[in-house]
Amino acid sequence: MEKHRDVFRYNIRQYGMLFALIAIVLIFQILTGGILLRPINVSRLILQNSYILILAVGMMLCILTGGHIDLSVGSVVAMVGASSALFSVRLGLPASLSIFLGLLVGLLAGMWQGFWIAFVKIPPFIVTLAGMLIFNGVNNIILNGQTVLLPKLYITIASDSIPDFFSVNGLHLTTVIIGVVCSVAYLIAQLIIRFSKIRNGYEVNSKQWFMTKTALVVLIINLFAYWLARANGLPYIVILLVVIIAVYSFITNKTVAGRHIYALGGNAKAAELSGINTRKVMFWVYANMGFLAALAGIVFAGRLNSATPTAGQGFELDTIAACFIGGASATGGVGTIIGAIIGGFIMGIMNNGMSIMGISTFWQSIIKGLVTILAVAFDVISKSKAKARY
Amino acid sequence: MAEIILDMRNITKTFPGVKALDNVNLQVEKGEIHALVGENGAGKSTLMNVLSGVYPFGTYSGEIVFEGKKCEFRNVKDSEKVGIAIIHQELALNPFMTIAENIFLCNECARNGIINWDYTRQEARKLMKKVGLTEDPDTLVMDIGIGKQQLVEIAKALSKNVKLLILDEPTAALNDEDSNNLLNLLLELNQEHGITCIIISHKIYEVIRIADKITVIRDGMIVETLKRDVDEFSENRIIKGMVGRELVSRFPERTPNIGEVRFEVKDWVVYDPLDDSRMRINHVSFNVRSGEIVGIAGLMGAGRTELAMSLFGKAYGRKISGTVIKDGKELVLKSVRDAIKEGLAYVTEDRKTAGLILIDNIKRNITLARLDKVSKNLVISEELETIVSEELRQRLNIKASGIYQKTGELSGGNQQKVVLSKWIFAEPDVIFLDEPTRGIDVGSKYEIYSIINKLAEQGKCIVLISSELPEILGICDRIYIMNEGRIVGEMNKAEASQENIMKCILESSR
Repeated sequence: MEKHRDVFRYNIRQYGMLFALIAIVLIFQILTGGILLRPINVSRLILQNSYILILAVGMMLCILTGGHIDLSVGSVVAMVGASSALFSVRLGLPASLSIFLGLLVGLLAGMWQGFWIAFVKIPPFIVTLAGMLIFNGVNNIILNGQTVLLPKLYITIASDSIPDFFSVNGLHLTTVIIGVVCSVAYLIAQLIIRFSKIRNGYEVNSKQWFMTKTALVVLIINLFAYWLARANGLPYIVILLVVIIAVYSFITNKTVAGRHIYALGGNAKAAELSGINTRKVMFWVYANMGFLAALAGIVFAGRLNSATPTAGQGFELDTIAACFIGGASATGGVGTIIGAIIGGFIMGIMNNGMSIMGISTFWQSIIKGLVTILAVAFDVISKSKAKARY
Repeated sequence: MAEIILDMRNITKTFPGVKALDNVNLQVEKGEIHALVGENGAGKSTLMNVLSGVYPFGTYSGEIVFEGKKCEFRNVKDSEKVGIAIIHQELALNPFMTIAENIFLCNECARNGIINWDYTRQEARKLMKKVGLTEDPDTLVMDIGIGKQQLVEIAKALSKNVKLLILDEPTAALNDEDSNNLLNLLLELNQEHGITCIIISHKIYEVIRIADKITVIRDGMIVETLKRDVDEFSENRIIKGMVGRELVSRFPERTPNIGEVRFEVKDWVVYDPLDDSRMRINHVSFNVRSGEIVGIAGLMGAGRTELAMSLFGKAYGRKISGTVIKDGKELVLKSVRDAIKEGLAYVTEDRKTAGLILIDNIKRNITLARLDKVSKNLVISEELETIVSEELRQRLNIKASGIYQKTGELSGGNQQKVVLSKWIFAEPDVIFLDEPTRGIDVGSKYEIYSIINKLAEQGKCIVLISSELPEILGICDRIYIMNEGRIVGEMNKAEASQENIMKCILESSR
């Protein structure tokens, strides 16, 4: 029992964020008169926020290494959009190849910044501020101030849903089936893990807890699939997001690399004296941020249907806010991928809900700012209270 | 009889688990130079911090009477107001500001918040003349040597009309010439300007040269106060007062089982990472046999930590040269990771800032140095991790609610056991322990000594760095003595005593 309490206390911030998300959903559901959770709006909400969510995953890793942020992500988004136009339209390369090259451009931008941060030891704030200027300049040089239309593949990735093979009364049945298949797969995987743990004599959670949790997850998967099926079906971008969240959650929770990132943020000196190559960790975290920013750039260009010089403006701020709302510590070492996603959704729902309500963007900005302050204040206060107890 | 300027009565100050000062009474006469001597951790600096308001009124018991008035300092500013100034071992100057700016920092010559620079420079020049500085007041502090920086500190104190000047180890970082100048200056200030001084120093011969009275502190209590021309002022007499404590059995029994030389360092040279003309480790050679506990004794700043860290995969220093041999093989240690791979471990001096990740739990701290042992294809097995850390928690008797408790919530002794677990888990052959029992209560110390003994029993080489001589004498088989970056002596357990070690250090300082 003792152990459960510890695990729970360790995760309380995480659950707190989940409750905050649910509360915000309920509030806006009421304030918008039920529009927020309509299937078509749910689908739109995800499409509208997909690139911020992708960025938040990478940004969370940067923040984990010691509260560092990457200010250049908005510029990288724009630069990759511009490069896509360069490769696919001006040079006439196939769309898939130009997407690959676009990702490479982002990765190189990230490695460039990682080099200065990790090996020359320039503070990330300054390196990425410089990157913001440089990449924005590159973007404008490529586009020369013009907007360029992109090939169909970009739009498909960002906005389209998977094809439906057997539509029934406007319901996207394929999506429902995928939901069922996923939930069954999840159930089987959980059972296999549980039984192999029991067989090897490892500790497992109580049966009731396991059943409640699994049932809840299965229910949510199916409900979500059904909801999307009532709209346009499962968007490709949702598949991409699920893969990204799964991969990065796995990396942060289960791998040596993930542990090194947390250790570096928790106490850089102790990490170094434990044999962790802190420079390498910093380098790859920022290189990865460049890669994910490129992915977000491709998705965003697809959403806009074009590469424009002003793409990505202010994305870095929304992304950073999402991470801090989602429980990242401003000093590093604390935070989760899921937290970043929840933070991103809280920001997204506020944007979406307030827009539906017809609140002016000026007021929206003020409210988002206040929510960010309150979320971090909650973190700081609860932490100092926790300290006072010991 | 001269007037008493300072009277500290029944001062008692406790830190969690440690009584740092126990009913201390100290009287200082006006116009004298009063020296405080004692071993590391005896309570000298604590006493001066109480006096200068670093530890505010209410955090200690007892009373301070200065110039006949009872004082309750809430901070350093309060004590400065009545004329007490303290110069700490680590200088508190801003290197990017000029000498004049530093002298008048927080005490600016200003009217309505606007600084009169001409007046500031003129006054600074006067004060600088008093302490013998001929530099331009607009010189940046970073551009003058450490000896002159010390003088700037004194000028700063003089600018505040100091009546009682406290100097904590003023010559520790200075060379002979600078030290000599400083001591002459103190005598001059004392004789010509009537400033009363309290000086803390490890260098007994300096104290003998300038002090009117010498007070010896040991274990937070005043042992005696010697007066010039009344009592004997000799090194032997003072050292006896400093270390004259009986050794009680605070150390677990052990029968050493010592084998062949297993770890050897030859001609090790390390330069300061910030100043690569400054040699920090000066051609050091030593060896450790299997199953042997070797102590490295020395005063603070002798270079012991620097030696251990530079050996541990160049975690400290620049331009490192020398050879390291383990089990007959020369090691190439380019990084901490190499050092861990080759079977070295270093338990840091400061477990909170460099040893542990305080926001992480016990489990994650224990496995951090050897995640490869609990992972397959870079994926960590949480189950395996739980099992190994639980086993170590029980073996080392770490008192916690479980392995999921954060290390920041544990007591000092238990934190240290987590650090030890981490390095035991790394399976090293050579373990450097840097001040392993600092700030830990007596009971936990005993447990940690037992753990160290067990590690030695397994044939590992143990190198113990400690500033507590009784600890070194209590558990080491052989002792190296370090001073100013050199090894200045080596003693077997049988021939070593606190007096011998102290003498060895003091003689090598000259």
